[in-house]
Amino acid sequence: MDFGNILINAFGELISPTTAAYALAALGLAVHFGYSGLLNFGQAGFMAVGAYGYAISTLTFGAPLPVAVLVALVSSVVFAIVLGIPTLRLRADYLAIVTIAAAEIVRYIVTTNGLTEVTGSANGLAAFEGSFYALNPFPQGVYNIGPLGMSERNLWIRVVAWTIVVLACLTVWLLMRSPWGRVLKGIREDENAVRALGKNVYAYKMQALVIGGILGSFAGIIFTLPRGAVQPANYATELTFFLYTCLLLGGMATVLGPVIGAMIFWVVLSLTQGLLYGAIEIGAITFLSNVQAGQLRYILVGVALMLLMVFRPQGVLGNKKELAFA
Amino acid sequence: MIEITSSASVEIRLARPTVEVYTLITQPMPARIGGMLLLALGVFASVLLGAPTAHSSPPSAVSVTQRASQVTPAPAPAESAAPENFTDRVSGVLRGVDGPLGGVTVTVSGNGFDGETTSADNGFWQIGVPEQGTYEVLLDENSLPEGVELAEGQANPRTVTFAGTSNATTLFLFGEGIVSQSTSFWDDLAERAVAGFSFGLLLALSAVGLSLIFGTTGLTNFAHGEMVTAGAVLTFAFAAVGMPAPVAIVLAVLGGGLLGYVQDAGLWKPLRRRGTGLVPMMIVSIGLALALRYIIQFNFGGATQQLPGSQSTAISFGSVSISQNNLTSLAVSLVVILGVGFLLLRTRIGKATRAVSDNPALAAASGIDVDAVIRIVWVAGGMLAALGGILWAYYRPGVSYNMGQQILLLIFAGVVLGGLGTVFGALIGSVLVGLFVEISTLWLQADLKYVGALLIMILVLLFRPQGILGRRERIG
Repeated sequence: MDFGNILINAFGELISPTTAAYALAALGLAVHFGYSGLLNFGQAGFMAVGAYGYAISTLTFGAPLPVAVLVALVSSVVFAIVLGIPTLRLRADYLAIVTIAAAEIVRYIVTTNGLTEVTGSANGLAAFEGSFYALNPFPQGVYNIGPLGMSERNLWIRVVAWTIVVLACLTVWLLMRSPWGRVLKGIREDENAVRALGKNVYAYKMQALVIGGILGSFAGIIFTLPRGAVQPANYATELTFFLYTCLLLGGMATVLGPVIGAMIFWVVLSLTQGLLYGAIEIGAITFLSNVQAGQLRYILVGVALMLLMVFRPQGVLGNKKELAFA
Repeated sequence: MIEITSSASVEIRLARPTVEVYTLITQPMPARIGGMLLLALGVFASVLLGAPTAHSSPPSAVSVTQRASQVTPAPAPAESAAPENFTDRVSGVLRGVDGPLGGVTVTVSGNGFDGETTSADNGFWQIGVPEQGTYEVLLDENSLPEGVELAEGQANPRTVTFAGTSNATTLFLFGEGIVSQSTSFWDDLAERAVAGFSFGLLLALSAVGLSLIFGTTGLTNFAHGEMVTAGAVLTFAFAAVGMPAPVAIVLAVLGGGLLGYVQDAGLWKPLRRRGTGLVPMMIVSIGLALALRYIIQFNFGGATQQLPGSQSTAISFGSVSISQNNLTSLAVSLVVILGVGFLLLRTRIGKATRAVSDNPALAAASGIDVDAVIRIVWVAGGMLAALGGILWAYYRPGVSYNMGQQILLLIFAGVVLGGLGTVFGALIGSVLVGLFVEISTLWLQADLKYVGALLIMILVLLFRPQGILGRRERIG
């Protein structure tokens, strides 16, 4: 068992583009759930809309990068509005069921064989990342970040991904300390009180849904770019639940919470994987296969989500007064 | 019953493992192989003959795939079409509903090569090609016998790519032709409706439990899908250690009840004591769902297994045929649901349950032991979910670790459609969802059949958010 290697892998997860994508999507959930109290269980759907919007406009219509990103964002805005119209007037549990159903509808539609030409059905789409890497300003070579060596492509995607995360955090921070953000928090605490003050609660909720959805859409693009492929199986309901775990880990009504939560989530997953596989390799654990070790980690995720919710719902950074539920 | 879109994989998935598992469970080693061969032969024979004979009873899985029966492995390649001295070839077998299709013209072109052949009397055709690569295969539809057409969605021409072997096969699937389709629409509709009714009732079993739990505790339980899975997985486990199927099923249902009891006693009751809000409880149930799902996968593996007797004969009523399993499932769920309805309406405990569901504080004040009622509801909900899971395993057919998750949203749709918290609403809503899912396959692609049901749920929430039987109250 090589502890150095395990630690380096864990450090790699800390700055990986997937972590950045989770952080962004969880930040979107913070806007939805943490700040506005909207129980959106369809964030995976927003990510899928972003990823497919980008991939399809690049592959099918040959759109240049800015147009493709724009298409992805506009599609997620449309998705948010279509989703919001019937659901934002509903109680939290109804909202949860409807959003999760909407995300599954998106996944079924991109999986169907009838649209294979456009979506690639279950196999998904690939080879759409060319225009992104064509913009890479780093010359070819090996770059070292701490103990981690990476190619210029990997460096480029990391720089872009984390720049977007930083910008998104700044935006959300500015939004939430603005009057607009205060109204949103007011809606979370007492919708009727805010309504009595003459605010259009429905419109504020819709705006929050759209902003969180745009973050989710960005996350979807960042999630697919390093993989070079977008596959519907990646956007199942589990993804949303993992995002909630990240969000609750960090603290749901905070700006940095989702980012730190995503980092903890992936570092812990990487560490447990490294340690379990290492222990199996040297024969310290004999009752597990490698596959089972992988499943054990997700059992732990589920248990962690339960324990967090029961014992520390405010997460690492959160303030217990600022919970979306009493 | 089962979609016919990708018949090749459907056939293999249904027929092979079923036979294996069935015999594995019921017979000792030597008899197992014999039985396996016999069953496999029976399956092939019934597919090849294609007609339901009086004495032989084709398993349901086979009867489903009959329309795409050309999927059966090729008979020994005939010498009809010489390979033209090429070592690499493109080949296939053409087989319609009534048997092999001979004399059909097939052309292959690509890589600067053109070849043409006609299929032999046993339906086999092959064309030798100079090199491995990608070729375009065109079937001349004019040369097909009358009444035979390519099935819907069958690409023609299509491209075939060699995958490292010297033989590339492609299968053309044939439907029944336009003439017979127009007459069979009402039969199709009736058959879908019966299947949908059966599916809807098994959904209702789980939905009634979910709705009862919601009614009495206010919890939207996302772990209900795993309780459904648990029923099927437990049945498989009990059967695998040698118990007869009925015993295994009864034990699994009891096990589901135990799971409900343990969940309530170990998790939900303490949380209620703490005064945990409904939204946190919902998120806890998601964590529980994830944990349970992966615990099941951890022990059960990722593969799909079959329960004993998962292949059953088809029974025909006039032009409508339903498999025996589906019919049994329909009857069982109907009886159980009527039983639950009777208990709720006519017994003291049923009245107490409805009282708690209506207003827990008032019920407690009038001397009802609310905790006991909730415990009973959890046990009953667990048993109903387990039974629903077992029936779902026969309906799909197959047991897998994520089978409950697959229908969780449909269960929610049924509950929401009927009105959250209303038991009879859950029943009606689930049956509607089941009917809608199955009947929509007449127009929709089979892999989109759940989309329609979910869309309906969203639309209902838009126009009648309290559901069909729900009371009018503010839910926003």
